[in-house]
Order: sequence, then C-alpha cells, then structure tokens
Amino acid sequence: MKIVAVCGMGIGTSVLLKMNAEKVLAQLGIEATVTAADMSTARQLGFEANIVLTTPELVPSLQGLPAEIISIDHFFDLAELNRKLSAALL
Amino acid sequence: MSLAALSSAFAPNSIAVGVVVDSREAAIVGVGELLVASGRTTTGYTGEMLAVLHELGPYFVVAPGIAIAHARPSESVLSAGLSLAVLAEPVEFGSDHNDPVRMVFGLCAKDHDGHIEVLSGLAEMLSDDAQVNFLLNASDADRIHEYLASGL
Repeated sequence: MKIVAVCGMGIGTSVLLKMNAEKVLAQLGIEATVTAADMSTARQLGFEANIVLTTPELVPSLQGLPAEIISIDHFFDLAELNRKLSAALL
Repeated sequence: MSLAALSSAFAPNSIAVGVVVDSREAAIVGVGELLVASGRTTTGYTGEMLAVLHELGPYFVVAPGIAIAHARPSESVLSAGLSLAVLAEPVEFGSDHNDPVRMVFGLCAKDHDGHIEVLSGLAEMLSDDAQVNFLLNASDADRIHEYLASGL
C-alpha cells in the first residue's frame, strides 16, 4: 500500500498529514508507506500510489491521477482520518 | 522529545498575541515579520508566503481556526523555525471548512526534512483542544514561550 500526502510546498502541511496518517494506519493495523510531497512531485508519485491524501483546495489540481484522492478538512482530527482511510482501505 | 524541539523552534520575538489584522494577507505579513524579527528569515520570505497563498489558495488552513503559512525552502530562510500570531479578531482566509482563522503560524525550513521533529511537536500540540485554547487565550507572548519551555 502506497500513500502520498500532498501539499503545495512539501514541507509543512503534507508532513503533518503524513504523521497523523501513519498514526491512524497503525491503529487500523494497515501496512503502508506514506510519503510527503509537493504538488509537482505528487503528480509523479501519484501514478504509483494507491491513495493521495490532501486538502480540499488542492483536490482539483490532482484530478486525473489513477490513485484514489481523499481530502482531509481537519488535519489534527484523527477520527476524520480514521473514518476516511477506513472507508477507502477496509 | 518533539516538544523540546517545538520550544526551540520559537526563537525570542517569534510570538505575538492580540495581533490586529484586517485581511489574510496582513495576517501572513504579521507572521513573516515575526520570522524576520526572530532571525529566521529575510524579508523576502514574507512575499514568498503571500505568493503561495495567491498561487494555491488557503490550503494551509489545516484545522478550524488554524493556518500554517509557509513557502518553499529558499535563500530567504536563514534557519528553520516557527512564528505565531494569535489574532485579536478572527480573519476570513477563504477556507471552506476551517474559517475564520484565529491563529496563524509562520513556518520556514532549509530543506524538506530537517524540521520534522518540530512539526511533530506542533501536530501534537494542535491535536489537543486544551493546548489550542491555552494559545488562543494567552495574555502575552511570554506566557506561550514559558509554556513551551516547560515541556507542556
């Protein structure tokens, strides 16, 4: 399972998203690698990834990737991440 | 561990409370000025953060009331760090889910992974409503510095 967490710059928001996604995946017992990436890197990585995690504002720019795109409203709400990742993966 | 890293990410003069701004741009300028005042960046970084807002929209409003402004690692960054402006009045950033914004962080980094511990500490702090409320209600910046230094 490959997951890419995407933000504009690849240094802030995507890293936060990656950290909390890893926590939730561990809770769910799902083996996955999560990579943080900026938009341009994500377009390349996205072709190999099963899932792309990002913020609602960036979803339109990521359309066209074969990966499932999950948009997260509240980055620090592990319950939201848990619900959305469970729906996609379980 | 990550909390100590978080404390040291906020250099002296990097935090301000009761900041009065009338727009999202002014809020970003505010955290940019704090990064400059605390020796993290040159003034050019503020413009780089504003360019991100105009290019990609307010995607960095990551949770209700919380924005983390940042730009790419660049020559404007002297060392990785954070700044924080707690706003006197909430400001609309144009985020569908997380407006209005009540506190804005400024983040700068030299590369993609030299500041992971700092972000880990930040995520831990912002995941906790009690700590977010403390930041929102702190009477002055020194209280926040002391709080961070105490290891939470």
